[in-house]
Amino acid sequence: MFKLLNNLGKKEWILALICLVLIVGQVWLELKMPDYMSEITVLVQTEGSQMSEILKNGGYMIACALGSLISAAIVGYLVANISATFSMNIRKKLFSKVEALATHEVKTFSTSSLITRTTNDITQIQMVVAMGLQLAIKAPITAVWAVTKILNKSWQWSAITAVGVLIILGVITTLMIIVLPRFKRVQKLIDKINGLTRENLTGIRVVRAFNAEKYQEDKFEKVNTQLTNQQLFNQKAFSVLSPTMYLVMYFLTLAIYFVGAYLIKDAAMADKIGIFGDMVVFSSYAMQVIMSFLMLAMIFMMWPRAEVSANRINEVLDTDITIKDGTIDKDTTGEVGTVDVSFKYPDAEEYLLKDISFKAKRGDTVAFIGSTGSGKSTLINLIPRFYDATEGEVLVDGVNVKEYKQEFLHNKLGYVPQKAVIFDDTVSNNVSYGDNGIGKPSEKKIKEAIEVAQAKEFVEKMDDKYDTHIAQGGTNVSGGQKQRLSIARAIARDPEIYIFDDSFSALDYKTDSVLRKALKKYTKDATCLIVAQRIGTIMNADKIIVLDEGKVVGQGTHKELLKNCEVYKQIALSQLSKEELDS
Amino acid sequence: MANINETRAPRRGPRGPMGGGAPAEKAKDFKGAIKRLFSELKDFRILIAIALILAMLGSILSIIAPNKLSELTDEIQKGLMQPVMNMDAIKSIALTLAGFYIASALFTFIESLAMTDVANKFAKRLRTRITEKINKLPLKYFDKHSTGDILSRVTNDIDTIAQSMNQSLGTLVSSVTLFLGSIIMMFYTNWIMAITAIVSSLLGFILMFVILGKSQKYFVARQEELGRLNGHIEEIYSSLNVVKVYNGTKQSDEKFDKLNRDVYDANRKSQFLSGLMQPIMNFIGNFSYVMVCIVGALLTMNNIISFGVIVAFITYVRLFTNPLSQIAQSMTSLQTTAAASERVFEFVDEEEMPSEANITKVLKKEDVKGEVDFENVVFQYDDNDKPTINNFSAKALPGKKIAIVGPTGAGKTTLVNLLMKFYDINSGDIKIDGVSTKELTRENIHELFTMVLQDTWLFNGTVKENIVYNNENVTDEQIVNVCKQVGLDHFIRTLPQSYNTVLSDNDSVSAGQRQLLTIARGILQQTPFLILDEATSNVDTRTEELVQKAMDKLSEGKTSFIIAHRLSTIKNADLILVVRDGNIVEQGNHEQLMKLNGFYADLYNSQFEL
Repeated sequence: MFKLLNNLGKKEWILALICLVLIVGQVWLELKMPDYMSEITVLVQTEGSQMSEILKNGGYMIACALGSLISAAIVGYLVANISATFSMNIRKKLFSKVEALATHEVKTFSTSSLITRTTNDITQIQMVVAMGLQLAIKAPITAVWAVTKILNKSWQWSAITAVGVLIILGVITTLMIIVLPRFKRVQKLIDKINGLTRENLTGIRVVRAFNAEKYQEDKFEKVNTQLTNQQLFNQKAFSVLSPTMYLVMYFLTLAIYFVGAYLIKDAAMADKIGIFGDMVVFSSYAMQVIMSFLMLAMIFMMWPRAEVSANRINEVLDTDITIKDGTIDKDTTGEVGTVDVSFKYPDAEEYLLKDISFKAKRGDTVAFIGSTGSGKSTLINLIPRFYDATEGEVLVDGVNVKEYKQEFLHNKLGYVPQKAVIFDDTVSNNVSYGDNGIGKPSEKKIKEAIEVAQAKEFVEKMDDKYDTHIAQGGTNVSGGQKQRLSIARAIARDPEIYIFDDSFSALDYKTDSVLRKALKKYTKDATCLIVAQRIGTIMNADKIIVLDEGKVVGQGTHKELLKNCEVYKQIALSQLSKEELDS
Repeated sequence: MANINETRAPRRGPRGPMGGGAPAEKAKDFKGAIKRLFSELKDFRILIAIALILAMLGSILSIIAPNKLSELTDEIQKGLMQPVMNMDAIKSIALTLAGFYIASALFTFIESLAMTDVANKFAKRLRTRITEKINKLPLKYFDKHSTGDILSRVTNDIDTIAQSMNQSLGTLVSSVTLFLGSIIMMFYTNWIMAITAIVSSLLGFILMFVILGKSQKYFVARQEELGRLNGHIEEIYSSLNVVKVYNGTKQSDEKFDKLNRDVYDANRKSQFLSGLMQPIMNFIGNFSYVMVCIVGALLTMNNIISFGVIVAFITYVRLFTNPLSQIAQSMTSLQTTAAASERVFEFVDEEEMPSEANITKVLKKEDVKGEVDFENVVFQYDDNDKPTINNFSAKALPGKKIAIVGPTGAGKTTLVNLLMKFYDINSGDIKIDGVSTKELTRENIHELFTMVLQDTWLFNGTVKENIVYNNENVTDEQIVNVCKQVGLDHFIRTLPQSYNTVLSDNDSVSAGQRQLLTIARGILQQTPFLILDEATSNVDTRTEELVQKAMDKLSEGKTSFIIAHRLSTIKNADLILVVRDGNIVEQGNHEQLMKLNGFYADLYNSQFEL
């Protein structure tokens, strides 16, 4: 938490300092008011006092109140500024950090957790900063100041006040000890409720097909009961708090008056009025002391939650960026290839890829095939540097990818992921997305790309054609249509190297084949790297690389591999019959 | 003169300190929503009544107590002038007061216990109702509503209802009692002073309500801006790879900065305005105090009132100003409750699937031969302008393997949905063994089918639980046998706790293995019909062969419907239905269709072309 506070700028610290000064002034004014108050009370109660005296004191008191109001307003304004700036800065920092994280780091955190960290957790902290900043400054000052004002009045009264404070602190501490660990349990149960509902919704067809509605409802009911009981316990425990607070406050006043009565009774006649006045003043200061302890207690209650959020944010901010930028930003020519590349996740024992070498000449189509988990996607993900090779070199145009400036390297690439990504924007903005160093593609270029990607037909059928807005997640286009748009996006970039990471499996055979033909014609000199499941998709590639358990087990054309690569043959046979393969 | 600061600390629920500053979402129909809420609370009537009566009693005590306290002061004051203090009177007053305070605290405590009970039990009931509702809604509802939206109703909205109901109802009643009570007491004591007190606070309150109204606007704005920013963050985080390779970072940063700035602005303003409330309240209190003193002093000098009246008024002013701000606060919180309950009840009130209470026909699993007839089936999704299934007719004979192929969007999955009665057909009929599915309950139909889908739905539970699911009387031996059939047994035994390993979202079970688990679950069902909807598309082709063999064994003697992308999977089907735009364009077995040299042959051959 404190570490995060380092993100406040110099300006914010100066503003906080001004707040401190203003709050000190505010406390001074507020503690001054009881004096005038008792003055007025005494005046009103004394027969024959001057109206002008009352007006004067009343005027002072209103002035104090107004001063305190103005000061509170300014402090409120400054604090609102500080906390909003604070959250804005941290959010920005976190966002930039996440953008720079390597893919496996994102996976470790999980995307949804990163989203919560950037949104909820920051809001959480902002609230604590906004409330805490004022309370944390004001409470101790008020407490100490009020205590010094009453300390020398009477030890009996002071003792009573101390007992009141102790009771309050005792109750709060006990509650915290009992309830805090249960808060965490409640949080977990809420997650569970969420999980079960999500499960019900995502599996709705399965649930119904298995007539398992009752089964699911029973499961939910169990957690629901647990949650309710836990909540009831916590909230009921907390119900003690508010009555106790009032009881302490009221009894404190009562006790001060009661003891006061005895003190006055036993005092000499001349001192009596003085003690009476002291009593009135004391009781109001004692209230201030109690209130400030209450405020402090509130901070302690807020702290644990803020701390949890702060730790979650720091976890991301403290992650080292493993993908470092290179320096080369001039064009070179050469081929794509890897030299003895091996890869494993930083903490893993097993290698995902081991000693892989291949080369792709300019204009070549190189395909990668292998069963699930063979490492084919990981291998081509080394090229855009989603991961960096653990050993060996990945070369693009003869230069190690690590030496390029990332932006420059990315300008050479047209990448299409397995799961199509569609942004909440129009069709044409989706296709012209990003920056390839030579400016946005022209309208003609966009249309061409869409045509090549076999998306023209359905795009032109849409209401606003190329300007049709696609909802986030693309609910108004089908899976195959999304994939075609995401392919069009790569084409519009005019890349030197295309990377298709299993991008064709969402398409039916027919579209798949027409699209690849059109693409081949359109991009004669571009290198194409294709990861695929279907033999049909890659049969005619210039080179096919067969992967099995992270190793290359075959390299060559379709015909060659059928002859000399057992794994390839098996894959092919599982999809096509013997006769079809021979033809 | 008892200048106790009566400011009530806000009530702390378990979320306590963090709960503040929530935006008050506006309900579309506030009155309607509140009315509905109360009618739903009918079962809790007695508890709520007790709570509210206690809240009222507590407030009445708070109005009387200050009077007693000033009596105490008066007694002490008398002692100032006289040599002897009337300690007995003081003691008895103090005792009464102590009694008052304890009673008031007890009332508050019991009231809050009761309301907590009501709020949480009500919330629990709502959650159960939503869960049950999910199972009663037609599937078409879920086509239109996102999972996230329904989820937020189950958690956020219900939470909001429980929390704000707990806070607002009791506070509202006790504040109104306090407010009215103190006005009555004031006018009863002296009307000039009463008017003074009310007028001097009124000014402040007008100011406060203006600010409250204004900050409301900014709170809504803040929530909206935050929503927009979150949307952008979600979009970028879930597409990070594309954003990076397309050098879209600059573009996304620009948008982020703008949205972040907007949130900052809304944050700043709403925070500032809402933070003003407490200081203004304090000021109003102090201001009224002084006004009452001044007017009171004037009146005293003219001998219209006694000193005691001023003393009493000083406390009334406090009692009067505090509840007003609380009323304002609980009104906003009631607004939030209304908005949230509107969303919950909207869901609860959604139209359910038609009742099947009057269906008497039952097809027994054991007696079914296994024939399915599609007769001129027409089906159109609600939002579509043309039917997805158009006059579809086909017949599946008992024990045969029927494959449905066709391009994406041809309506293959829709056919399955209709067969399972997930959706009701517009016209035509589907018959099982000659009995129309309209005359059978959904439950009965589901009993007859085993369905394995493309999405590998596993839940958070052990491997065994996931395979058995809601099947009863399944022995461990059966489970192991089934897993051996689909080639899972070995893999499961490598897991840390074997069959009792808990499956969670991100663990070492691959997509293919998850698929095999769902297939194993299906095999255990033992039904006359089998539906495989792209059931093997997540499995690599070599594993698929293995599964295929298991499936063939499984489908022996069963009528099975198979949908597949990979045409190799369905080549040996008895009947292949080629579907295009909701119509059967060709049908026959593989050889017949290839000979036709039509759409199927085209589709089939395209896998060999580049």
